[in-house]
Order: sequence, then structure tokens, then C-alpha cells
Amino acid sequence: MLRDITLGQYFPGKSIAHRADPRTKIVLVMLFIFTLFFVRSWPSYGIMALYLAVVIANSKIAPKLIFRGLKPLIVIIAFTGIFNLFYTPGRELMSLGPVTVTWEGVETALFLIVRIVLLVIGSSMLTYTTAPIDLTDGLERLLSPLRRVRVPVHELAMMMSIALRFIPTLVEETEKIMNAQKARGADFESGNLIQRGKALVPILVPLFVSSFRRAEELATAMECRLYHGGEGRTRMRQLKLTGADAAAAAVSLVMFAAAAAVHLLG
Amino acid sequence: MSDILQARDLSFHYTDGADVLRGITRSIPEGQFCAVLGHNGSGKSTLAKHFNAILLPSGGTVYVDGMDTRDEEKLLDIRSTAGMVFQNPDNQLVASIVEDDVAFALENMGVPPREIRRRVDEALRAVGMARYARHSAAKLSGGQKQRVAIAGVIAMQPRCIILDEPTAMLDPQGRREVMHVIRTLNRERGITVVLITHHMDEAVQADRCIVLSHGQVLLDGAPREIFTQADILRDNGLAPPQTIEILHLLNEREHAGLELGALTVQECADILSGYLEGTA
Repeated sequence: MLRDITLGQYFPGKSIAHRADPRTKIVLVMLFIFTLFFVRSWPSYGIMALYLAVVIANSKIAPKLIFRGLKPLIVIIAFTGIFNLFYTPGRELMSLGPVTVTWEGVETALFLIVRIVLLVIGSSMLTYTTAPIDLTDGLERLLSPLRRVRVPVHELAMMMSIALRFIPTLVEETEKIMNAQKARGADFESGNLIQRGKALVPILVPLFVSSFRRAEELATAMECRLYHGGEGRTRMRQLKLTGADAAAAAVSLVMFAAAAAVHLLG
Repeated sequence: MSDILQARDLSFHYTDGADVLRGITRSIPEGQFCAVLGHNGSGKSTLAKHFNAILLPSGGTVYVDGMDTRDEEKLLDIRSTAGMVFQNPDNQLVASIVEDDVAFALENMGVPPREIRRRVDEALRAVGMARYARHSAAKLSGGQKQRVAIAGVIAMQPRCIILDEPTAMLDPQGRREVMHVIRTLNRERGITVVLITHHMDEAVQADRCIVLSHGQVLLDGAPREIFTQADILRDNGLAPPQTIEILHLLNEREHAGLELGALTVQECADILSGYLEGTA
């Protein structure tokens, strides 16, 4: 059960979307989000949706998987939509007692829903096509200028990659502890929310204790392998910009510019 | 042969506790395969941690290739001369991908990327894990993880490796793999090996065994000399190898007068068949 959980799911592949440098992809996603908030017209959203369709088609990831990623967000999307439906002033469409729905409200709600859906799909394309370890690598290198203003970029990236490294280890351990508790008659599946919450305590406590022990041993092992912070450190993996980056950047920038132009002119 | 590891009157106690090590003076010459044995709490792991400056002596001195482990300026040199492999394979792998983990120490040393690549490939070949270079470390077996950990240490090109019960958490198959790698590194590359263990059959493969008890050296010598002293071993909570145990019991009960020095099953069988033919 726990094995199904993966943080920022990654679907390996060899497409341009996969091969592009993580730095390129991160920058393009940032631009994508920026454009999405800048434009506010249906034709522009159409262009952005078309852009995502192109990226998805190129990545060869099944659209079904991508829409499945939206499911957990349905509540938030619905809530945002309804909220805007009622609280936007303007021409009255219909009213039910104290609640008034306006034409502007409907439009704003739809805009917001489309925006959130595009936003979520766009940013999940980044994690779908990029291995987590490449993502942290890319972030570390993109943010490295911030080191000058004393942002601990290397340390943050190291923490992220160690967290990623230990997710499978801790998932395995959690399963072991759960099975051990089940063997002693623990019940995790019945009862109300409070009872279930209480049932988790005997899992979390040993998990925490062992995590601290692991952290200590890992720290010693890292010191033994000469870890002394980011200073003077080199990397085996060098990131290189290639043709895939040029292609990805060209397509993306043209589409973003088109969406912005349509918005400004329309 | 020069001594790569040296302990002079080494003693150690934790700030709140009793003495863990009590006046150990021993040297390990370069190229030796030395096993350190002892029951739980004998101080064998504590001794190992002194050879890598994880712990510093409370009294006496430890030298690694002539460098005093108290010398903080030499810390990185000491740790790249004497690499350390720990018991739990999961808690010493830093990166998710096998080759990234092996590269970790070299990246810390500031080695140029091309050279890192070369040494990582070389280290993975040395432990027989080259095929798994791009694999996820989490999906390997215990023995494979431990071999990756060894690769991560030999990538630093240390002259000495200290292994702190590296097989304690492994299944028999994993133990065999790891022991094979350790022997090969010692024989073919002349890397000094200090193997902390409580498995007698592993210690038998060493050139020399040091038996610790209550923080002191109890026995020190070739495996054949050590293991034939079955009584002393048993009094100190260590079981002699089964091959010797059998001969020892026969001597006690039947006064067979057998020679005890059987380190392998074959040697034991030879001695037994000789005895049976003689009495028949």
C-alpha cells in the first residue's frame, strides 16, 4: 500500500521533454506560470492549453495519468470556483435569498478554474519528466548565485537529495513496523478518525526514534567520506545544454509570447 | 613494511561511563589483513572508530600513516588514508543512484569531474557492481549495498580500509559477496584491511587476528594460533570455528590427541579421516 506513494512521480522516457536540462525546464515552468497569471482571455488560455497538449504528446505520458494527478485537487478547485461565483460584484444573473450570482462571477470562476488546472498540469509535467535527483541538481545550480547573499543553497539541495534517498528506506521501515504491530493485534482500519489517529502513535514513535539513529549514522558516514560542506566541492555529473534545450525553449517561448500578444491585443 | 596504523597505550572512556579501551598498544603493518574479534562490549568497534578519527583517545595516541589523529588539520588526510565501512548498509549510502553515491567522497575532495568518472567506474568494477551503476540504491540487496559502500570508500584510493562488522546485517549470500570483495582488495591491491567481526569463519581468512576482551588485547596472532586456544575463546564469550570445536571436543572426551589447527572444512576432514583410519 505504502509502496505506491512516490514524491513527485517520475515517468522515465527519452523525449525532448525528458532530455532537456532540468535548469531549462525549471525556468520554462516559471515562465509558464508567469504567463498564465499575466494573460486573462479565452484565446490566450487556448494557446496555453495547446502548449500543454504539445508537451504531453511529446513526453508520451498517458493523458489519463496526468488527469489522475488533478483528482486530489478537485475540492480546492471547486471551492475557489464557488467562492468567486458568489463574491464578485457585477450584473446580476440570479439570486437566491441573500446570495447573488453575477455574470462577472461566473466568468471569474471559470477563468480561475482553467488557470488552476493549467497551472497544476504544467508544473506536474516538470516532475513527470524529470528525475527527482536531476531536479535538486538543477535547483542547486540555478540558485547558486544566491550563495553570495548567504542563502545556504548547497545545504538545502543536499537536504532535499538525502530526503529523496531515504523515502524508500523509511517507507519499507514503516511497513515493517505496521506489520509488527498488526501481528500484535493492532487495528489501523476501523474506528473513527480519533481512534485511527491514536492507532498511528505506535507506528510513528519507533519510526521517529529510528530516523534519528539513521540520521546520526549517516552524518558519521558522510564525515568519513570527507564531507565538509559545499566549499571546494566538485560534481561528477555536469549539466550541459543541448539541442533538446534549444528546441524546448524555442517552442515554449513562441507559445508564451503568442498567448501574451493575444491577451494584449484582444 | 611500515606500520600504517598504530595505537600507543590507547585508552578511551565516554564522559559518563566506564573505560571502553584500556591501554592498547598494537601496530598494523601496511598490506596486512587483520581481523579484530571480541564479544559485545569488548571495545572492538570503539577501537575501529579510533583509526578513522571518529573518536579521539582519552589517553595515549593513535597514528594513521604517521599522522596523529588528534591533529585536526590532518583530518581529511587521515580519513582518505583509512576509509571506513559501517555495519548498516542503508545508513551509509548518501545518494539515490549507485554511481552518485560512489562519487560522493571524490566530489567532497574536489576531484575534477572527468577524473571522478574514471575512478567511480574503476571502483564499481573492483567490487563487481559496474552493471548497477545507474541503478537505484534502494532496490539493491544488502550485500550489493555493502559492496557499493565499499566502492565509495575505495574510490578515495585509501591505503587502508576499516570495516566495522560489515556483514552483521547480511544474509549468507551477501556475506560471501562482501568477504570475497574484501579478500580481493587486500590481495590484488595490497590495501590494508582491518575487519571488525564476530564471525569466526570470516576471521579465519585473515593474516592475523586480534582478540579483544574488556578493552584489552587478549590474544594476537595468526588465526591458527588463536583458534586452537578454544578454552580461552570460550571463556571470553567467543565460539571457536566449528571445525576446531569438533576436534577440541573429541580431544576432551576421547583423549584423541588430535591436532587442532583446522581452519577449513577440508583440513578438519583430513584430520578426522586420519584419526579414523588410525583407530580402525
